[in-house]
Amino acid sequence: MTRTMPFASVADVSERLAAVGYLPSDAIATTVFLASELGKPLLIEGPAGVGKTALAQAVSDATGSPLVRLQCYEGVDEARALYEWNHAKQLLRITASKDESWDETRADIFSEEFLLARPLLTAIRNEEPTVLLIDETDKADIEIEGLLLEVLGDFQITIPEMGTVRARHRPFVVLTSNASRELSEALRRRCIFLHVDYPDSDLEERIVQAKVPGLEHSLTKSIVRVINALRELPLRKAPSVSETIDWANTLLALGAVELDEDTMRDSLGVILKHRSDQEKAQKLLDMESALAR
Amino acid sequence: MTGGPDVGPDPYGLQQRLVDFVTALRTKGIMVGTGETVDAAEAMTRLGLDERSILREGLAGTLTRKHSQRETFDEVFDIYFPPRVGRPRSAEQVPADFDVETLRDMLVETLAVADLDALGELAEIAVDRFGEIGGDPAGWSAKQTLDRVQPQNLLARTMGLRGDDDAVVELGGVSPRDQVRDLIGRFRERVEDEARRRTSETRGRERMVLTAVQAQTEHVDFLSANAEQLEEMRRGVRALARRLATRLSVRRRRSHRNTIDIRRTMRKSMSTGGTPIDLVFAKPRPSRPDLVLLCDVSSSVSGFSGFTMLLVQAMKNQFKKVKVYAFVNAMADVTELISVDGDEDGAGLQARILEQAHVQHGTSSSDYGAAFAEFVARDLESIGSRSSVLILGDARTNYREPGLDDLREIRARSNRTFWLNPEQENIWGTGDSAAFDYADVVEMHECRSVEQLGEFVSRLLPA
Repeated sequence: MTRTMPFASVADVSERLAAVGYLPSDAIATTVFLASELGKPLLIEGPAGVGKTALAQAVSDATGSPLVRLQCYEGVDEARALYEWNHAKQLLRITASKDESWDETRADIFSEEFLLARPLLTAIRNEEPTVLLIDETDKADIEIEGLLLEVLGDFQITIPEMGTVRARHRPFVVLTSNASRELSEALRRRCIFLHVDYPDSDLEERIVQAKVPGLEHSLTKSIVRVINALRELPLRKAPSVSETIDWANTLLALGAVELDEDTMRDSLGVILKHRSDQEKAQKLLDMESALAR
Repeated sequence: MTGGPDVGPDPYGLQQRLVDFVTALRTKGIMVGTGETVDAAEAMTRLGLDERSILREGLAGTLTRKHSQRETFDEVFDIYFPPRVGRPRSAEQVPADFDVETLRDMLVETLAVADLDALGELAEIAVDRFGEIGGDPAGWSAKQTLDRVQPQNLLARTMGLRGDDDAVVELGGVSPRDQVRDLIGRFRERVEDEARRRTSETRGRERMVLTAVQAQTEHVDFLSANAEQLEEMRRGVRALARRLATRLSVRRRRSHRNTIDIRRTMRKSMSTGGTPIDLVFAKPRPSRPDLVLLCDVSSSVSGFSGFTMLLVQAMKNQFKKVKVYAFVNAMADVTELISVDGDEDGAGLQARILEQAHVQHGTSSSDYGAAFAEFVARDLESIGSRSSVLILGDARTNYREPGLDDLREIRARSNRTFWLNPEQENIWGTGDSAAFDYADVVEMHECRSVEQLGEFVSRLLPA
């Protein structure tokens, strides 16, 4: 097995990620280390906004290797994921070569110049170690999983007209999923699995401090406490870490010094995006203030 | 508590331990392949055994594939890689005349200062002293320990010692009372963990895995699920509905790849010089069925019915119209009472139906015959020729008239009628169950777990 990233130990992962502003939990640091050691893709699941994509970015920053991103969506296909021939340019080339023999032209139009490399090919061809992020894998069709299995299995791509491209360095692969569709067992089996959940309040406070350094410590504490209370409610979309950070930024911009009812009421839209959720939070607020009285 | 797992001095090698661990996971429905076991072994050598929590995360990363498997995984992990072995040091140090009252006094003090480490030690002592049950080999019971210590009755005393019961709670904060409640909950958990750990040493790990580890939520039997597990199921209802819907839309897309949309194909061919290279297919327009649900909500099957009602409600945009009727021995339309947005947790659903809808008169035992008769007499109109009817219930008639003729009428009027029975198929027809009589009239399916229900619902919808 090949090591894909230069991490020495789990603690080393933690330190280096923290140095680029990503504070990992034990589970995150351990699985990142293992994925790198065993040379396997890392499959991350969890609610939206807990830092799945940010983790890939952080690994890339921490190791100084470029990040190649494949954003999946319904209908993404080989031409978008692997490579494509630049048809228009090929046609131009053919029209321009009036007196060449066909053999010459053919050899020419299927060369590097007319190849449009898409993320998977880019990552594999890269001369230096790369972080390959395959984002929202669950949004792609099942057919693409088959393609991923093949590519992530031996890290080589065959282009019929040009030959086989083998990876110089095994990329560090991160797949993310919101579990809107079950990924196939075959794909799961090839990955190291990591479920990222909301961080505990201690870690979340440190994350807010790291991301929004100007904020009063006491205000940070209040923010995290309220967010945690909201996550206990049966909401359609519970506020995630990215919302916590947005909220902290908002409050900083508003120049709030403490979290009172009015401030909260006014900025509720930053953390809760559904009408019914806001009503529920409002009810909680009213109850709290009634109790405090 | 920190540090590596105590794997003991026994000749039981690490490799064998891992293999046994994997086997135990398989008996609990976590299907681990050989390749993953090899990965796990590799992970063990790279991570080392110094830090138990890191080992656990590493093994979880290589051996589990879904988050729903994690809880089961952790429980089995605790049995195979215990934090320590043997009688805990804390228990050896206590004097021989240590009794329940002394322990309760110490517990109150610990709860008041919220000292988690001390709480853990007290749990060890409590299990050691008051949890031992006879038998060969000996075992330790969490229930017996908790029955004797009665930690739930210490709330008032602890609050008295803390003396901040009326403290003003900050916005979003936790009241002192709830904090103590939470601590008492943790004490109970520690006692349960400790009892499991001690017992698995004397009675063997395989046996502990079979008896003491809970099944994953999607495999839990509806009829034997406890309140906590039902709660867990209900919390997952929206996610399940979304997964089923996506699975359906994938199936629909595939099955309709036969009609070509000429206009859009021509339009797309512009970019390839007028040659149609990529075909564009017409979008499917699936017909959505009507769904009529008849649910037995008597206490024996209420967990199952309640969950199914919520699931159907969460998926209602997949159907043209959803009607939900509930009955015990009278039939009532409860469609309006069920709302996933109102209470995803659905805990109050059962109570609300019993309270606000006329589903029973007189006794609280179910009477299928009377309920079907009432439905046929009054609400048969709600079933049309394109309706699918789903009947939920255990078919236990309490030896009353089963009402087969009315059921035949319902079936004849509908497009399809199914019966979902949460009982295991091999006990159908025993005692007062009229399952086989009903199964002769309508198609009856065993539906014992969330997994089976999900399978069924996705089959019900047209591709």
